Amino acid sequence: MAVATTRPADVVPATAPAFLVVDDVVKQFATPDGTITAVDHVSFTVTPGEFLSVIGPSGCGKSTLFNIIGGLIDGYDGNITVAGERVAGPHASIGMVFQEESTFPWRTVIENVAFPLEIAGVKKAKRIERARHFIALVGLTGFENRYPTELSGGMRQRVAIARTLASEPKILLMDEPFASLDEQTRLLLGDKVLQIQQELQQTTLLITHNITEAVQLSDRILVMTYRPGRVKRIVEIDLPRPRSSDIVSSEAFGRYVAQIWSDLREEASRGMHEAEALALKAGEHG
Amino acid sequence: MTTAILKRGSLAPALLGLGTLLTVIGLVEMLIRVGVINRYIVPLPSQIVMSFGRLVTEEDIFGRFRLTFFEALSAGALIAVVGVSIGILLYRVNVLRLACETWIAALASAPTVLMYPLFLVIFGRSAATIIMMGFVAGLPPVILKTLEGLSQTRRVLINVGRSFKLGPMQMFIKILFPAALPTIFVGLRLGLIFTLINVVGIEFLIQFGGLGQLINDLSERYDLPGTYGAICFVILVSVLFFIAMERVERWLRPAE
Repeated sequence: MAVATTRPADVVPATAPAFLVVDDVVKQFATPDGTITAVDHVSFTVTPGEFLSVIGPSGCGKSTLFNIIGGLIDGYDGNITVAGERVAGPHASIGMVFQEESTFPWRTVIENVAFPLEIAGVKKAKRIERARHFIALVGLTGFENRYPTELSGGMRQRVAIARTLASEPKILLMDEPFASLDEQTRLLLGDKVLQIQQELQQTTLLITHNITEAVQLSDRILVMTYRPGRVKRIVEIDLPRPRSSDIVSSEAFGRYVAQIWSDLREEASRGMHEAEALALKAGEHG
Repeated sequence: MTTAILKRGSLAPALLGLGTLLTVIGLVEMLIRVGVINRYIVPLPSQIVMSFGRLVTEEDIFGRFRLTFFEALSAGALIAVVGVSIGILLYRVNVLRLACETWIAALASAPTVLMYPLFLVIFGRSAATIIMMGFVAGLPPVILKTLEGLSQTRRVLINVGRSFKLGPMQMFIKILFPAALPTIFVGLRLGLIFTLINVVGIEFLIQFGGLGQLINDLSERYDLPGTYGAICFVILVSVLFFIAMERVERWLRPAE
Protein backbone atom coordinates (compact mmCIF):
# COMPACT_ATOMS: atom_id res chain seq x y z
CA MET A 1 0.00 0.00 0.00
CA ALA A 2 1.04 3.55 -0.68
CA VAL A 3 2.34 5.91 1.93
CA ALA A 4 0.65 9.19 2.69
CA THR A 5 2.07 12.16 0.86
CA THR A 6 1.33 15.73 1.80
CA ARG A 7 1.96 19.12 0.32
CA PRO A 8 1.91 22.62 1.76
CA ALA A 9 -1.49 24.17 1.31
CA ASP A 10 -0.63 26.72 -1.36
CA VAL A 11 0.76 24.28 -3.92
CA VAL A 12 -1.65 23.56 -6.76
CA PRO A 13 -1.33 20.24 -8.67
CA ALA A 14 0.07 20.77 -12.11
CA THR A 15 -0.78 17.39 -13.60
CA ALA A 16 -4.21 18.30 -15.05
CA PRO A 17 -5.89 21.57 -15.95
CA ALA A 18 -7.98 22.84 -13.08
CA PHE A 19 -11.72 22.75 -13.63
CA LEU A 20 -12.76 24.48 -10.44
CA VAL A 21 -10.45 27.18 -9.15
CA VAL A 22 -10.96 28.70 -5.72
CA ASP A 23 -8.55 31.59 -5.54
CA ASP A 24 -7.80 33.51 -2.34
CA VAL A 25 -11.39 33.49 -1.11
CA VAL A 26 -12.18 35.47 2.05
CA LYS A 27 -15.60 35.68 3.66
CA GLN A 28 -16.39 37.81 6.68
CA PHE A 29 -19.64 38.14 8.61
CA ALA A 30 -20.65 41.12 10.69
CA THR A 31 -21.98 40.06 14.11
CA PRO A 32 -22.99 42.04 17.22
CA ASP A 33 -19.62 41.01 18.71
CA GLY A 34 -17.65 42.27 15.72
CA THR A 35 -16.55 40.91 12.38
CA ILE A 36 -15.94 37.17 12.12
CA THR A 37 -13.74 35.80 9.37
CA ALA A 38 -15.31 32.49 8.38
CA VAL A 39 -13.09 31.73 5.39
CA ASP A 40 -9.62 33.23 5.26
CA HIS A 41 -7.59 33.32 2.03
CA VAL A 42 -8.59 29.84 0.89
CA SER A 43 -7.20 28.64 -2.42
CA PHE A 44 -7.37 25.26 -4.09
CA THR A 45 -8.26 23.64 -7.39
CA VAL A 46 -10.21 20.61 -8.52
CA THR A 47 -9.29 18.79 -11.72
CA PRO A 48 -11.80 16.99 -13.99
CA GLY A 49 -12.87 13.61 -12.61
CA GLU A 50 -11.21 14.29 -9.28
CA PHE A 51 -12.80 13.63 -5.87
CA LEU A 52 -11.67 16.29 -3.42
CA SER A 53 -12.82 16.43 0.18
CA VAL A 54 -12.67 19.46 2.44
CA ILE A 55 -12.40 18.43 6.08
CA GLY A 56 -12.26 20.49 9.22
CA PRO A 57 -13.69 20.84 12.71
CA SER A 58 -17.14 22.29 13.32
CA GLY A 59 -17.07 26.05 12.87
CA CYS A 60 -14.15 26.11 10.43
CA GLY A 61 -16.25 27.61 7.62
CA LYS A 62 -16.76 24.44 5.58
CA SER A 63 -20.44 25.09 4.98
CA THR A 64 -19.76 28.75 4.23
CA LEU A 65 -17.27 27.61 1.61
CA PHE A 66 -19.89 25.18 0.22
CA ASN A 67 -22.43 27.99 -0.08
CA ILE A 68 -19.92 30.37 -1.66
CA ILE A 69 -18.85 27.82 -4.29
CA GLY A 70 -22.48 26.91 -4.93
CA GLY A 71 -23.30 30.56 -5.45
CA LEU A 72 -25.74 30.75 -2.53
CA ILE A 73 -23.64 33.35 -0.67
CA ASP A 74 -22.26 36.41 -2.37
CA GLY A 75 -20.24 39.29 -1.06
CA TYR A 76 -16.92 37.50 -0.69
CA ASP A 77 -13.41 38.52 -1.66
CA GLY A 78 -11.35 36.46 -4.08
CA ASN A 79 -12.35 34.57 -7.17
CA ILE A 80 -14.05 31.27 -8.00
CA THR A 81 -14.15 29.96 -11.56
CA VAL A 82 -15.64 26.86 -13.17
CA ALA A 83 -14.08 26.02 -16.54
CA GLY A 84 -12.76 29.57 -16.62
CA GLU A 85 -16.15 31.15 -15.96
CA ARG A 86 -16.52 33.22 -12.79
CA VAL A 87 -19.08 31.92 -10.32
CA ALA A 88 -21.56 34.66 -9.46
CA GLY A 89 -24.71 33.08 -8.10
CA PRO A 90 -25.84 29.48 -8.68
CA HIS A 91 -24.04 28.01 -11.68
CA ALA A 92 -25.42 25.45 -14.12
CA SER A 93 -22.17 23.48 -13.95
CA ILE A 94 -22.42 22.97 -10.20
CA GLY A 95 -24.90 20.52 -8.67
CA MET A 96 -25.44 20.76 -4.94
CA VAL A 97 -26.36 18.05 -2.42
CA PHE A 98 -27.23 19.42 0.98
CA GLN A 99 -26.60 18.15 4.49
CA GLU A 100 -30.23 18.46 5.58
CA GLU A 101 -33.00 16.30 4.18
CA SER A 102 -33.86 18.10 0.97
CA THR A 103 -36.24 15.90 -1.02
CA PHE A 104 -39.63 17.42 -1.79
CA PRO A 105 -42.12 15.50 0.39
CA TRP A 106 -45.01 16.26 -1.98
CA ARG A 107 -43.29 14.59 -4.93
CA THR A 108 -42.64 10.90 -5.55
CA VAL A 109 -39.09 9.64 -5.99
CA ILE A 110 -39.32 9.86 -9.78
CA GLU A 111 -40.90 13.31 -9.64
CA ASN A 112 -38.14 14.46 -7.30
CA VAL A 113 -35.39 13.13 -9.56
CA ALA A 114 -37.06 14.56 -12.68
CA PHE A 115 -37.37 17.99 -11.03
CA PRO A 116 -34.32 19.68 -12.64
CA LEU A 117 -35.35 18.28 -16.04
CA GLU A 118 -38.87 19.65 -15.56
CA ILE A 119 -37.38 23.06 -14.78
CA ALA A 120 -35.21 22.78 -17.89
CA GLY A 121 -38.34 22.16 -19.97
CA VAL A 122 -37.48 18.58 -20.97
CA LYS A 123 -40.52 16.71 -22.37
CA LYS A 124 -42.26 14.43 -19.89
CA ALA A 125 -41.45 11.11 -21.56
CA LYS A 126 -37.81 12.03 -21.91
CA ARG A 127 -37.45 13.30 -18.36
CA ILE A 128 -39.10 10.19 -16.91
CA GLU A 129 -36.67 8.04 -18.90
CA ARG A 130 -33.69 10.10 -17.67
CA ALA A 131 -34.99 10.06 -14.10
CA ARG A 132 -35.30 6.26 -14.21
CA HIS A 133 -31.66 6.04 -15.30
CA PHE A 134 -30.45 8.07 -12.31
CA ILE A 135 -32.77 6.24 -9.91
CA ALA A 136 -31.19 3.00 -11.09
CA LEU A 137 -27.75 4.53 -10.68
CA VAL A 138 -28.36 5.20 -6.97
CA GLY A 139 -29.92 1.76 -6.54
CA LEU A 140 -33.54 2.79 -5.96
CA THR A 141 -35.23 0.96 -8.82
CA GLY A 142 -38.65 -0.17 -7.65
CA PHE A 143 -39.14 2.87 -5.43
CA GLU A 144 -40.03 5.31 -8.25
CA ASN A 145 -43.58 5.91 -7.08
CA ARG A 146 -42.89 6.06 -3.36
CA TYR A 147 -42.95 9.31 -1.43
CA PRO A 148 -39.92 10.40 0.61
CA THR A 149 -41.85 9.82 3.85
CA GLU A 150 -41.96 6.13 2.92
CA LEU A 151 -38.16 5.91 2.61
CA SER A 152 -35.29 5.68 5.10
CA GLY A 153 -32.89 8.59 5.64
CA GLY A 154 -30.22 6.94 3.50
CA MET A 155 -32.68 6.34 0.65
CA ARG A 156 -33.87 9.94 0.79
CA GLN A 157 -30.29 11.15 0.56
CA ARG A 158 -29.80 8.91 -2.50
CA VAL A 159 -32.89 10.51 -4.05
CA ALA A 160 -31.32 13.93 -3.43
CA ILE A 161 -28.07 12.77 -5.05
CA ALA A 162 -29.96 11.32 -8.05
CA ARG A 163 -31.91 14.58 -8.43
CA THR A 164 -28.69 16.57 -8.50
CA LEU A 165 -27.06 14.13 -10.92
CA ALA A 166 -30.10 14.40 -13.21
CA SER A 167 -29.15 18.01 -13.86
CA GLU A 168 -25.87 16.60 -15.20
CA PRO A 169 -23.59 18.99 -13.34
CA LYS A 170 -19.94 19.20 -14.24
CA ILE A 171 -19.12 19.36 -10.53
CA LEU A 172 -21.01 17.57 -7.80
CA LEU A 173 -20.78 19.65 -4.62
CA MET A 174 -21.86 17.81 -1.46
CA ASP A 175 -22.11 19.24 2.05
CA GLU A 176 -21.90 16.42 4.61
CA PRO A 177 -24.61 14.45 2.80
CA PHE A 178 -24.35 11.49 5.18
CA ALA A 179 -24.09 13.48 8.42
CA SER A 180 -27.46 12.40 9.74
CA LEU A 181 -26.98 8.70 8.93
CA ASP A 182 -25.64 5.87 11.06
CA GLU A 183 -22.10 4.60 10.49
CA GLN A 184 -23.05 1.42 8.59
CA THR A 185 -25.37 3.26 6.23
CA ARG A 186 -22.72 5.93 5.81
CA LEU A 187 -20.13 3.34 4.71
CA LEU A 188 -22.54 1.65 2.32
CA LEU A 189 -23.60 4.97 0.83
CA GLY A 190 -19.92 5.80 0.48
CA ASP A 191 -19.63 2.68 -1.70
CA LYS A 192 -22.54 3.90 -3.77
CA VAL A 193 -21.02 7.36 -4.21
CA LEU A 194 -17.70 5.78 -5.24
CA GLN A 195 -19.48 3.58 -7.77
CA ILE A 196 -21.35 6.56 -9.23
CA GLN A 197 -18.25 8.71 -9.31
CA GLN A 198 -16.31 6.00 -11.14
CA GLU A 199 -19.17 5.31 -13.56
CA LEU A 200 -19.76 8.95 -14.47
CA GLN A 201 -16.19 10.16 -13.92
CA GLN A 202 -17.96 12.82 -11.90
CA THR A 203 -15.83 15.65 -10.57
CA THR A 204 -16.82 15.86 -6.92
CA LEU A 205 -16.17 18.22 -4.04
CA LEU A 206 -17.24 16.83 -0.67
CA ILE A 207 -17.47 18.91 2.48
CA THR A 208 -17.25 16.70 5.56
CA HIS A 209 -16.04 16.44 9.14
CA ASN A 210 -15.79 12.65 8.94
CA ILE A 211 -12.21 11.47 8.42
CA THR A 212 -13.12 7.88 7.47
CA GLU A 213 -15.57 9.09 4.87
CA ALA A 214 -13.06 11.54 3.42
CA VAL A 215 -10.27 8.93 3.14
CA GLN A 216 -12.65 6.27 1.75
CA LEU A 217 -13.86 8.51 -1.06
CA SER A 218 -11.20 11.06 -1.96
CA ASP A 219 -8.25 11.53 -4.25
CA ARG A 220 -7.17 14.49 -2.16
CA ILE A 221 -8.21 15.87 1.21
CA LEU A 222 -7.98 19.52 2.08
CA VAL A 223 -7.64 19.98 5.86
CA MET A 224 -8.93 23.28 7.24
CA THR A 225 -8.06 25.09 10.44
CA TYR A 226 -10.59 26.11 13.08
CA ARG A 227 -11.87 29.67 12.79
CA PRO A 228 -10.78 31.52 10.77
CA GLY A 229 -10.96 28.72 8.20
CA ARG A 230 -7.69 28.44 6.36
CA VAL A 231 -6.18 25.60 4.35
CA LYS A 232 -3.85 23.79 6.74
CA ARG A 233 -2.71 20.98 4.48
CA ILE A 234 -3.66 19.04 1.38
CA VAL A 235 -3.25 15.28 1.68
CA GLU A 236 -3.12 13.06 -1.40
CA ILE A 237 -4.83 9.72 -0.88
CA ASP A 238 -2.90 7.18 -2.83
CA LEU A 239 -5.20 4.21 -2.35
CA PRO A 240 -6.06 1.95 -5.27
CA ARG A 241 -9.31 2.42 -7.21
CA PRO A 242 -11.91 1.10 -7.59
CA ARG A 243 -12.42 1.29 -3.87
CA SER A 244 -15.10 -0.04 -1.58
CA SER A 245 -15.85 0.17 2.11
CA ASP A 246 -13.58 -2.87 2.61
CA ILE A 247 -10.66 -0.51 2.31
CA VAL A 248 -11.34 0.89 5.78
CA SER A 249 -9.71 -2.19 7.30
CA SER A 250 -6.43 -1.75 5.41
CA GLU A 251 -3.22 -0.60 7.07
CA ALA A 252 -2.69 2.29 4.65
CA PHE A 253 -6.21 3.53 5.30
CA GLY A 254 -5.47 3.58 9.02
CA ARG A 255 -2.27 5.57 8.41
CA TYR A 256 -4.17 8.21 6.42
CA VAL A 257 -6.82 8.47 9.11
CA ALA A 258 -4.17 8.83 11.81
CA GLN A 259 -2.29 11.45 9.82
CA ILE A 260 -5.38 13.56 9.15
CA TRP A 261 -6.53 13.22 12.73
CA SER A 262 -3.14 14.48 13.96
CA ASP A 263 -3.71 17.57 11.76
CA LEU A 264 -7.28 17.96 12.91
CA ARG A 265 -6.89 17.22 16.62
CA GLU A 266 -5.23 20.53 17.40
CA GLU A 267 -7.93 22.43 15.46
CA ALA A 268 -10.80 20.44 16.93
CA SER A 269 -9.59 20.90 20.51
CA ARG A 270 -9.10 24.62 19.89
CA GLY A 271 -12.66 24.79 18.62
CA MET A 272 -13.92 22.87 21.64
CA HIS A 273 -12.08 25.14 24.11
CA GLU A 274 -13.42 28.25 22.40
CA ALA A 275 -16.96 26.86 22.50
CA GLU A 276 -16.58 26.06 26.21
CA ALA A 277 -15.18 29.54 26.92
CA LEU A 278 -18.13 31.08 25.09
CA ALA A 279 -20.59 28.93 27.05
CA LEU A 280 -18.94 29.98 30.34
CA LYS A 281 -19.06 33.64 29.30
CA ALA A 282 -22.72 33.31 28.35
CA GLY A 283 -23.39 31.64 31.73
CA GLU A 284 -21.69 34.48 33.62
CA HIS A 285 -23.78 37.05 31.80
CA GLY A 286 -26.90 34.97 32.20
CA MET B 1 -64.55 7.53 2.44
CA THR B 2 -65.40 3.83 2.66
CA THR B 3 -62.97 3.15 -0.17
CA ALA B 4 -60.28 5.07 1.65
CA ILE B 5 -60.91 3.11 4.82
CA LEU B 6 -60.85 -0.19 2.95
CA LYS B 7 -57.64 0.88 1.22
CA ARG B 8 -56.03 1.44 4.59
CA GLY B 9 -56.85 -2.17 5.31
CA SER B 10 -59.03 -1.82 8.39
CA LEU B 11 -62.57 -0.87 9.25
CA ALA B 12 -61.73 -0.86 12.94
CA PRO B 13 -61.26 2.93 13.42
CA ALA B 14 -64.55 3.71 11.63
CA LEU B 15 -66.41 1.04 13.59
CA LEU B 16 -64.88 2.23 16.85
CA GLY B 17 -65.90 5.83 16.09
CA LEU B 18 -69.45 4.82 15.20
CA GLY B 19 -69.66 2.52 18.20
CA THR B 20 -68.51 5.29 20.55
CA LEU B 21 -71.09 7.71 19.12
CA LEU B 22 -73.92 5.18 19.46
CA THR B 23 -72.79 4.32 23.01
CA VAL B 24 -72.82 8.00 24.04
CA ILE B 25 -76.25 8.50 22.47
CA GLY B 26 -77.53 5.37 24.25
CA LEU B 27 -76.04 6.59 27.53
CA VAL B 28 -77.72 10.02 27.18
CA GLU B 29 -81.04 8.29 26.35
CA MET B 30 -80.70 6.17 29.47
CA LEU B 31 -79.72 9.11 31.74
CA ILE B 32 -82.71 11.11 30.50
CA ARG B 33 -85.10 8.18 30.98
CA VAL B 34 -83.93 7.55 34.57
CA GLY B 35 -84.21 11.30 35.29
CA VAL B 36 -80.54 12.18 35.79
CA ILE B 37 -80.82 14.67 32.88
CA ASN B 38 -83.91 16.85 32.74
CA ARG B 39 -85.92 15.92 29.62
CA TYR B 40 -87.32 19.47 29.42
CA ILE B 41 -83.77 20.74 28.76
CA VAL B 42 -82.36 17.87 26.68
CA PRO B 43 -84.80 15.85 24.58
CA LEU B 44 -84.50 12.10 24.21
CA PRO B 45 -82.17 11.16 21.32
CA SER B 46 -84.89 8.82 20.07
CA GLN B 47 -87.30 11.81 19.90
CA ILE B 48 -84.68 13.77 17.95
CA VAL B 49 -84.41 10.92 15.42
CA MET B 50 -88.21 10.77 15.19
CA SER B 51 -88.32 14.52 14.47
CA PHE B 52 -86.34 14.09 11.23
CA GLY B 53 -89.43 13.01 9.29
CA ARG B 54 -91.36 16.06 10.49
CA LEU B 55 -88.43 18.36 9.64
CA VAL B 56 -88.43 16.99 6.08
CA THR B 57 -92.19 17.15 5.47
CA GLU B 58 -93.16 20.29 7.41
CA GLU B 59 -90.04 22.46 7.65
CA ASP B 60 -88.41 21.99 4.23
CA ILE B 61 -85.17 20.98 5.94
CA PHE B 62 -83.45 20.03 2.66
CA GLY B 63 -84.19 23.44 1.10
CA ARG B 64 -82.83 25.16 4.20
CA PHE B 65 -79.88 22.77 4.25
CA ARG B 66 -79.11 23.69 0.63
CA LEU B 67 -79.25 27.42 1.43
CA THR B 68 -76.96 27.16 4.45
CA PHE B 69 -74.63 24.90 2.46
CA PHE B 70 -74.57 27.38 -0.43
CA GLU B 71 -73.87 30.33 1.90
CA ALA B 72 -71.12 28.46 3.73
CA LEU B 73 -69.64 27.23 0.43
CA SER B 74 -69.63 30.76 -1.03
CA ALA B 75 -68.03 32.23 2.07
CA GLY B 76 -65.58 29.30 2.16
CA ALA B 77 -64.56 29.85 -1.47
CA LEU B 78 -64.09 33.55 -0.74
CA ILE B 79 -61.89 32.99 2.31
CA ALA B 80 -59.80 30.49 0.32
CA VAL B 81 -59.24 32.78 -2.67
CA VAL B 82 -58.93 36.10 -0.83
CA GLY B 83 -57.23 34.75 2.31
CA VAL B 84 -54.53 32.82 0.46
CA SER B 85 -53.94 35.77 -1.90
CA ILE B 86 -53.55 38.24 0.97
CA GLY B 87 -51.28 35.77 2.79
CA ILE B 88 -49.06 35.55 -0.30
CA LEU B 89 -49.05 39.34 -0.65
CA LEU B 90 -47.99 39.82 2.98
CA TYR B 91 -45.25 37.22 2.50
CA ARG B 92 -43.90 39.00 -0.55
CA VAL B 93 -44.14 42.57 0.81
CA ASN B 94 -42.44 42.63 4.18
CA VAL B 95 -43.43 46.18 5.08
CA LEU B 96 -47.07 45.26 4.54
CA ARG B 97 -46.63 42.21 6.74
CA LEU B 98 -45.06 44.27 9.53
CA ALA B 99 -47.87 46.79 9.24
CA CYS B 100 -50.80 44.36 9.13
CA GLU B 101 -49.97 41.04 10.80
CA THR B 102 -50.81 42.14 14.36
CA TRP B 103 -54.07 43.72 13.23
CA ILE B 104 -55.12 40.59 11.39
CA ALA B 105 -54.25 38.46 14.44
CA ALA B 106 -56.39 40.80 16.56
CA LEU B 107 -59.23 40.53 14.05
CA ALA B 108 -59.05 36.73 14.30
CA SER B 109 -60.08 36.87 17.95
CA ALA B 110 -62.54 39.78 17.61
CA PRO B 111 -66.29 39.01 17.86
CA THR B 112 -67.03 40.20 14.32
CA VAL B 113 -70.53 38.74 14.59
CA LEU B 114 -71.46 41.93 16.49
CA MET B 115 -70.92 43.90 13.29
CA TYR B 116 -74.01 42.35 11.67
CA PRO B 117 -76.11 45.55 11.82
CA LEU B 118 -73.49 47.29 9.70
CA PHE B 119 -73.58 44.47 7.16
CA LEU B 120 -77.38 44.58 7.16
CA VAL B 121 -77.18 48.25 6.21
CA ILE B 122 -74.68 47.56 3.44
CA PHE B 123 -76.06 44.31 1.96
CA GLY B 124 -79.66 44.29 3.21
CA ARG B 125 -81.47 41.34 4.83
CA SER B 126 -80.18 38.82 2.32
CA ALA B 127 -77.86 35.89 1.75
CA ALA B 128 -75.15 38.41 0.80
CA THR B 129 -75.02 39.68 4.40
CA ILE B 130 -74.70 36.13 5.72
CA ILE B 131 -71.99 35.24 3.21
CA MET B 132 -70.01 38.41 3.92
CA MET B 133 -70.24 37.90 7.69
CA GLY B 134 -69.02 34.34 7.25
CA PHE B 135 -66.25 35.60 5.00
CA VAL B 136 -65.03 38.26 7.45
CA ALA B 137 -65.04 35.79 10.34
CA GLY B 138 -63.15 33.07 8.46
CA LEU B 139 -60.61 35.26 6.69
CA PRO B 140 -57.96 36.00 9.39
CA PRO B 141 -56.88 32.40 10.11
CA VAL B 142 -56.46 31.70 6.39
CA ILE B 143 -54.27 34.80 5.94
CA LEU B 144 -52.20 34.07 9.04
CA LYS B 145 -51.69 30.38 8.27
CA THR B 146 -50.80 31.08 4.63
CA LEU B 147 -48.22 33.57 5.83
CA GLU B 148 -46.92 31.11 8.42
CA GLY B 149 -46.71 28.24 5.92
CA LEU B 150 -44.79 30.29 3.38
CA SER B 151 -42.46 31.79 6.00
CA GLN B 152 -41.68 28.42 7.54
CA THR B 153 -40.69 26.70 4.29
CA ARG B 154 -37.46 24.92 5.15
CA ARG B 155 -34.43 26.94 4.06
CA VAL B 156 -32.83 23.88 2.45
CA LEU B 157 -35.78 23.46 0.03
CA ILE B 158 -35.41 27.08 -1.05
CA ASN B 159 -31.66 26.50 -1.47
CA VAL B 160 -32.39 23.45 -3.67
CA GLY B 161 -34.53 25.73 -5.84
CA ARG B 162 -31.83 28.37 -5.93
CA SER B 163 -29.20 25.78 -6.85
CA PHE B 164 -31.37 24.82 -9.84
CA LYS B 165 -31.64 28.52 -10.74
CA LEU B 166 -35.42 28.77 -10.32
CA GLY B 167 -36.98 32.14 -11.08
CA PRO B 168 -39.23 33.81 -8.47
CA MET B 169 -42.45 32.47 -10.02
CA GLN B 170 -41.03 28.95 -10.41
CA MET B 171 -39.78 29.10 -6.83
CA PHE B 172 -43.26 30.00 -5.66
CA ILE B 173 -45.18 27.47 -7.73
CA LYS B 174 -42.75 24.55 -7.47
CA ILE B 175 -41.47 24.91 -3.90
CA LEU B 176 -42.95 27.58 -1.62
CA PHE B 177 -46.64 26.92 -2.27
CA PRO B 178 -46.52 23.09 -2.12
CA ALA B 179 -44.37 23.28 1.02
CA ALA B 180 -46.85 25.66 2.65
CA LEU B 181 -49.98 23.71 1.65
CA PRO B 182 -50.38 21.63 4.85
CA THR B 183 -50.28 24.80 6.98
CA ILE B 184 -52.59 26.62 4.56
CA PHE B 185 -55.10 23.79 4.95
CA VAL B 186 -54.92 24.14 8.74
CA GLY B 187 -55.91 27.79 8.20
CA LEU B 188 -58.71 26.82 5.82
CA ARG B 189 -60.11 24.34 8.32
CA LEU B 190 -60.04 26.94 11.09
CA GLY B 191 -61.50 29.54 8.76
CA LEU B 192 -64.33 27.24 7.73
CA ILE B 193 -65.21 26.57 11.37
CA PHE B 194 -65.53 30.34 12.01
CA THR B 195 -67.39 30.79 8.72
CA LEU B 196 -69.95 28.09 9.44
CA ILE B 197 -70.55 29.31 13.00
CA ASN B 198 -71.13 32.82 11.68
CA VAL B 199 -73.32 31.75 8.76
CA VAL B 200 -75.68 29.79 11.03
CA GLY B 201 -75.42 32.45 13.76
CA ILE B 202 -76.36 35.31 11.43
CA GLU B 203 -79.20 33.26 9.90
CA PHE B 204 -80.40 32.83 13.48
CA LEU B 205 -79.99 36.54 14.31
CA ILE B 206 -81.47 38.13 11.20
CA GLN B 207 -84.11 35.44 10.69
CA PHE B 208 -83.22 34.86 7.09
CA GLY B 209 -83.58 31.41 5.52
CA GLY B 210 -81.35 28.41 6.17
CA LEU B 211 -80.88 26.16 9.17
CA GLY B 212 -80.11 29.03 11.58
CA GLN B 213 -83.55 30.54 11.08
CA LEU B 214 -85.18 27.12 11.47
CA ILE B 215 -83.34 26.50 14.74
CA ASN B 216 -84.57 29.88 15.99
CA ASP B 217 -88.17 29.14 14.89
CA LEU B 218 -88.23 25.69 16.48
CA SER B 219 -86.72 26.89 19.75
CA GLU B 220 -89.27 29.75 19.88
CA ARG B 221 -91.96 27.07 19.55
CA TYR B 222 -90.29 25.03 22.35
CA ASP B 223 -89.90 22.18 19.88
CA LEU B 224 -86.76 20.77 21.49
CA PRO B 225 -86.48 17.53 19.46
CA GLY B 226 -86.92 19.56 16.24
CA THR B 227 -84.31 22.13 17.38
CA TYR B 228 -81.76 19.42 18.09
CA GLY B 229 -82.71 17.66 14.86
CA ALA B 230 -81.97 20.85 12.90
CA ILE B 231 -78.66 21.17 14.76
CA CYS B 232 -77.83 17.66 13.50
CA PHE B 233 -78.19 19.00 9.96
CA VAL B 234 -75.78 21.88 10.78
CA ILE B 235 -73.32 19.23 11.94
CA LEU B 236 -73.94 17.41 8.65
CA VAL B 237 -72.94 20.58 6.72
CA SER B 238 -69.77 20.75 8.78
CA VAL B 239 -68.98 17.06 8.20
CA LEU B 240 -69.51 17.42 4.43
CA PHE B 241 -67.18 20.42 4.34
CA PHE B 242 -64.47 18.61 6.20
CA ILE B 243 -64.72 15.50 4.03
CA ALA B 244 -64.50 17.70 0.92
CA MET B 245 -61.54 19.54 2.41
CA GLU B 246 -59.76 16.28 3.18
CA ARG B 247 -60.36 15.06 -0.39
CA VAL B 248 -58.94 18.26 -1.88
CA GLU B 249 -55.91 18.11 0.41
CA ARG B 250 -55.25 14.47 -0.47
CA TRP B 251 -55.53 15.33 -4.14
CA LEU B 252 -53.08 18.21 -3.79
CA ARG B 253 -50.74 16.45 -1.33
CA PRO B 254 -51.14 12.68 -1.83
CA ALA B 255 -48.09 11.98 0.33
CA GLU B 256 -49.62 13.48 3.47
